[in-house]
Amino acid sequence: MGKTLAEKIWDDHVVRQADGEPDLLYIDLHLIHEVTSPQAFDGLRLSGRPVRRPDLTLATEDHNIPTTDLDKPIADLVSRTQVETLRRNAEEFGVRLHPMGDIDQGIVHVVGPQLGLTQPGMTIVCGDSHTSTHGAFGSIAFGIGTSEVEHVLATQSLSQAKPKMMAVEVDGVLPEGTSAKDLILALITQETTGGGQGYIVEYRGEAIRALSMEERMTVCNMSIEWGAKAGLIAPDETTFEYIQGRAHAPQGDQWDEAVAYWKGLVTDDDAHFDKIIRIDASEVTPFVTWGTNPGQGVPLSANVPNPEDFEDESERIAAENALKYMGLTAGTPMREVSVDTVFLGSCTNGRISDLRTAAELIKGHTVAENTRMLVVPGSVRVRLQAQEEGLDVIFKEAGAEWRGAGCSMCLGMNPDQLVPGERSASTSNRNFEGRQGKGGRTHLVSPEVAVATAVLGHLAGPTDLAAVETAGV
Amino acid sequence: MEKFVSHTGVAAPLRRSNVDTDQIIPAVYLKRVTRTGFEDGLFAAWRNDESFVLNQPAYKNATVLIAGPDFGTGSSREHAVWALQNYGFKAVISPRFGDIFRGNSGKAGLLAAQVDEKVVQRLWDYVEENPGASVSLDLETRTVKAGEGVDAIEDSFTIDDYTRWRLLEGLDDVGITMSHEDDIEAYEAKRLPFKPATLGA
Ligand code: SF4
Repeated sequence: MGKTLAEKIWDDHVVRQADGEPDLLYIDLHLIHEVTSPQAFDGLRLSGRPVRRPDLTLATEDHNIPTTDLDKPIADLVSRTQVETLRRNAEEFGVRLHPMGDIDQGIVHVVGPQLGLTQPGMTIVCGDSHTSTHGAFGSIAFGIGTSEVEHVLATQSLSQAKPKMMAVEVDGVLPEGTSAKDLILALITQETTGGGQGYIVEYRGEAIRALSMEERMTVCNMSIEWGAKAGLIAPDETTFEYIQGRAHAPQGDQWDEAVAYWKGLVTDDDAHFDKIIRIDASEVTPFVTWGTNPGQGVPLSANVPNPEDFEDESERIAAENALKYMGLTAGTPMREVSVDTVFLGSCTNGRISDLRTAAELIKGHTVAENTRMLVVPGSVRVRLQAQEEGLDVIFKEAGAEWRGAGCSMCLGMNPDQLVPGERSASTSNRNFEGRQGKGGRTHLVSPEVAVATAVLGHLAGPTDLAAVETAGV
Repeated sequence: MEKFVSHTGVAAPLRRSNVDTDQIIPAVYLKRVTRTGFEDGLFAAWRNDESFVLNQPAYKNATVLIAGPDFGTGSSREHAVWALQNYGFKAVISPRFGDIFRGNSGKAGLLAAQVDEKVVQRLWDYVEENPGASVSLDLETRTVKAGEGVDAIEDSFTIDDYTRWRLLEGLDDVGITMSHEDDIEAYEAKRLPFKPATLGA
């Protein structure tokens, strides 16, 4: 019997296999950031172990980094200590680090692909659940805890039980005005936050093939939000084109050798999936969340759901709690929900293509009076590229704030936070209670919906924006 | 790591599903660079509420947490496990755990016992009717027990064999893998030559 893409990559990385034990897998790339690594380095020091392969390890600063006053030291002393601890550890253990102020600093999941370090057929881990992003290149990539970070630092391997295999077949064509973000939000709502648990998911089909590399990253990024171990997409010309010429891409003969290997990284026709889900992309519409987990979503054109309509008791209770926290009333059209802050950024939608899409849409409009919009590039290079294209000017002219690179308002760890009761439309990946700041209320959206919402001051989509335009003429 | 064979202790009912790791410990509490001191951040947002289960005197010394399905979803932060341990918890019972959280628990020595949803319901009812009552978990036999007499609850819990073995023996994972260094070297010797490296050529 044939193998799935994930099985091929898995089997290519088995260091040791024994009955009754999980497989020991070799790790090709270990990404590190300041939050989940200090205790791992401490562990190494305690046991007197070195980092086995500093040359397969890369560190960047992202979670704690402020996005304003970049020339000053970090004001929050505890944040500063954590960042400085990473710097000391990187230095002591010989790990390459991109600190604040460096041209390659940025969100860890933006930096890896940008440098060309993320390639097909690899195993990639990071002490961060959105490591699944890198699966977009046809790799097995997943988040690990700090004990595992220490394990990988010490041994460049990880023991893992083989997950089950799932295929998500996405047929059809995404309609105009919808994006990869809407597709993944709709899928998570359909499957709920636990639906992917225990699986490596391969996203396949016509609609997936048609996605750009950056859109594929948006899809794979949110695999963890429906509980999947990892999500991946078979590499193809789109993938090769993205990688070629990047700083760490294979060169010369090695490029040809690599491409020949990568081309074999497809699921065999007779491979077996434990589960198959089918989705029709042509039915996807702009999608928003109303609740406090990414599975609590509806089309933008729908209303806030009524908890009474949930048959399952725990879902009903969860919906009641969510509406209370979110300050929403059942039956309210989503479009009537007004928003205080719009956040465009994160490892889900903080790449150059996201900024281009958003800039094009916002051009000629202004951010609504009682709304603020933060535009945060995913990395310094994204920021510089955007500036070269004049996108920063477009955002600033529209009244949005143009910030430095980092995780920013994706999580309440740096100065960019919501205040209690404040409502956001956010292109990030988590709407958990307090995720963007204590008491903050988050609606997850695509970059397109984010822009329309910023301009109109309430949840809105590109068609609403088009209506404003016509009215203005 | 300390060995974990069995544990009996006061059980607190957390009647919530989908408790993500941002709820277990919010991001602002993740800035410490140690493995200790995270108890302050445990369920920080909910602890302001007087009626929250851990604020009730009967559950003050709880060491077992009984939670709804999908406990520990979301972020990979192992701080969530440390916060529970720092607070005094030895075991968490839930019908379904977030994948990374379950893995982290096994590495850090917190028992994540997966129990049928109906049994969780009965355990909740039992500890709510008998506030401060104990629940026992036996890792050797993979059983959870509570109460006595006709209403006694006894059922099995699920945990993978390997994690169970490591917990029972109190073994640290890095040490086990280090004993297979030959295999790692052999693998490295045949790695594909075009795989990228982060340091200069
Ligand atoms: S942008 Fe958000 S989700 Fe991505 S790594 Fe940063 S904090 Fe995590």
